[in-house]
Amino acid sequence: MAQPNGAPSAGGTVGEPGLLNDGRLTTMGWGAIALFILGAFLGIFVMAGASGGAMVFHGALITVFCLLAIMWIGDRHFDFLQRGPTPKAPDGVQYNDAVIRWGVIASTFWGVVGFSVGLVIAVQLAFPDLLTGIAELNFGRLRPVHTSAVIFAFGGNVLMVTSFYVVQRTSKARLAGDIAPWFVFWGYQLFIVLAATGYVMGVTQSKEYAEPEWYIDLWLTIVWVTYLLVFLGTLWRRREPHIYVANWFYLAFIVTIAMLHIVNNLAVPVSFAGDKSYVLFSGVQDAMTQWWYGHNAVGFFLTAGFLGIMYYFIPKRAERPVYSYRLSIIHFWALIFLYIWAGPHHLHFTALPDWAQTLGATFSIMLWMPSWGGMINGLMTLAGAWDRLRTDPVIRMLVVSVAFYGMSTFEGPLMSIKAVNGLSHYTDWTIGHVHSGALGWVGFVSFGALYCLAPWVWRRARLYSLALVEWHFWIATIGIVLYITSMWVSGILQGLMWRAYDELGFLEYSFVETVEAMHPFYIIRAIGGGLFVIGSLIMAYNIYKTAKGEIRASEPLDATAGRAPQGQFVAAPAH
Amino acid sequence: MSLFSHSHFERNSIILVIGILIVVSIGGLVQITPLFFLSSTIEEVDGVRPYSPLELAGRNIYIREGCYNCHSQMIRALRDEVERYGHYSLAAESMYDHPFQWGSKRTGPDLARVGGKYSDDWHVLHMANPRAVVPESIMPRYPFLAETPLGYEDVAAHLEANRVVGVPYTDEMVANASGDLKIQTQPLEDYDAMLARYPKAQIRDFDGNPEMVSELDALIAYMQMLGTLVDFSAYEAEGENLR
Repeated sequence: MAQPNGAPSAGGTVGEPGLLNDGRLTTMGWGAIALFILGAFLGIFVMAGASGGAMVFHGALITVFCLLAIMWIGDRHFDFLQRGPTPKAPDGVQYNDAVIRWGVIASTFWGVVGFSVGLVIAVQLAFPDLLTGIAELNFGRLRPVHTSAVIFAFGGNVLMVTSFYVVQRTSKARLAGDIAPWFVFWGYQLFIVLAATGYVMGVTQSKEYAEPEWYIDLWLTIVWVTYLLVFLGTLWRRREPHIYVANWFYLAFIVTIAMLHIVNNLAVPVSFAGDKSYVLFSGVQDAMTQWWYGHNAVGFFLTAGFLGIMYYFIPKRAERPVYSYRLSIIHFWALIFLYIWAGPHHLHFTALPDWAQTLGATFSIMLWMPSWGGMINGLMTLAGAWDRLRTDPVIRMLVVSVAFYGMSTFEGPLMSIKAVNGLSHYTDWTIGHVHSGALGWVGFVSFGALYCLAPWVWRRARLYSLALVEWHFWIATIGIVLYITSMWVSGILQGLMWRAYDELGFLEYSFVETVEAMHPFYIIRAIGGGLFVIGSLIMAYNIYKTAKGEIRASEPLDATAGRAPQGQFVAAPAH
Repeated sequence: MSLFSHSHFERNSIILVIGILIVVSIGGLVQITPLFFLSSTIEEVDGVRPYSPLELAGRNIYIREGCYNCHSQMIRALRDEVERYGHYSLAAESMYDHPFQWGSKRTGPDLARVGGKYSDDWHVLHMANPRAVVPESIMPRYPFLAETPLGYEDVAAHLEANRVVGVPYTDEMVANASGDLKIQTQPLEDYDAMLARYPKAQIRDFDGNPEMVSELDALIAYMQMLGTLVDFSAYEAEGENLR
């Protein structure tokens, strides 16, 4: 049952040149080594010229990363000389699942980290003397650690790992590149570590969800372009005439994020060995660019990419075809066209020109249609298999995530209407809205995908325990409900208090009175967040046990006999 | 296969990528590029000038500590906001802000016009422990700012980087950057030349500690100038509002 790397027993050796190098040093490999040597020297150079502690640390991190990469490439090469080429799989495709196993581990790890930091800052808002007075642990520095950890570290790893899995299976082709997929994975982890340690040390350009400074942005650009090439390269070798719908969404996500990232982060550094830069745009233009980026970090990172997950994992797990092919075409093009316009709804009643605000609101409201079209396509895929909601907690997680998607994509257009936004903006209502999407949609669809992937890529008959998935589901759901409802109440309450007038026509409340009124809701929110963290720890335990190949004693394999939904996927796509 | 079949996108990844790029570019092109060309985007106002070196250093501390996470600098054109915080914010007031600090959340109050609202002493106490002056506050403490000397050896390079991105710092301003920074905390020195370069700059020992120029000096200097540059008793939003 436990066969590492799925080493197959039959088949010839890989003959196609450039398809599977499996460790042998090629021209590309030498090129990579040369680039890593250059990178190591750059890191040392930065360390030598640095004025602040952050750049010394980051220069050292980059140097260590490059040296480890060189050692790893060399090690694989000598290993290859001893072992010889890997035999070819019987059906001719040797999927690269090793990088996916790492991706599942990284996703789980960063999820727990990101949720936990969120819990810490939630408690800080309820009890402000917790961990205060220490620069590195103040709310202002930890909040970007939380947002980046959940969006880019957890969400980003989930997107990367699922896209690598899905593009291989739906193309019937091994992931393109030999070193490249590993560079994308580890390079992305380096980006996360550079960004997070930077925030804690005060390295930030203060653009929300784009806080990393110029050199970290450059590094991410290199990693991201490689990611695009690996993804496209895999599509180019596909043995299916059509590109599957999930891959359209992944591709739109990768391409658009590249565009947004580059434009929004244009900046001029003060010096080569210093972390500080000044962004190219200022004031109103910078605000518009930032929210064009910021809202589409939601639209393309947290929506389009995760819709790719929906379009593969729900049909696969439910063993049903996607409800409507036509709907998915309309869903895709309408969604990516409309989303990019929605940014200005973050800037209602500000110094942004009115015409831009109105455009933003209009397109945000139109966006409701493709969003719900996609939701219907996801939910109706279960037509004829609704009983699985009762019997399979993983399917339930995936389906509930789509329901949360529908809910928050209804709430979003509502909040983009100027009259509503006048009340909701700057309040916790926005925070509640974001979290109904982030915890309910992104979180649950990711958990569902990870629960599917773990037995598939470790080639286990089943998850360690489905009962633990049930526990995770209910604890996290209760957590989300506490979180969202408390933020609705506190947001609307604070918005109303800010604009309340007394009978003489004066503002009724001072600002700090509205802060005081938030206290009970901040406690409820922290409890909700705490439940969500507990759920993620249960998942981490379950995935760890699954990877080890254990089956919970009280849930023997026979219990799922008859349907054995997960068992099917072990055999089918692997070799 | 018909010319209008979706198969073209499904069978050729390059056509799919090009299609995606075209479709996702339109919104940004329509919404962002006109802002650089329409003269009505930023109104003409007297008084807005580049930050003095000390104010710029303070602004960088504001960014470093992530103040934007909880404080906006954008008073919306709504009755209660104008009554609570003052005149609604003008686009011109942030035209030299690289990046902008409008914010998105008010866990604490808006700071666009906080300049002059509280005394320097209040800020010193407030940054050390906000609950010492506002018992219900949930702001973190920043005691280390008063104890940390401001690093400003490279402040001229900061002005030059700002000049590259379009802030009209003159050669004279860049050449005198370091001296101008220091003199803004030394009211007994001859600061006339500095004040001529940065009109309305406030010259005081902001943190009450004459021994050193601290990070707190810079941060308070920045907060005390926020919203003070435009004289709204003289400003008239004249003519048709094209915005």
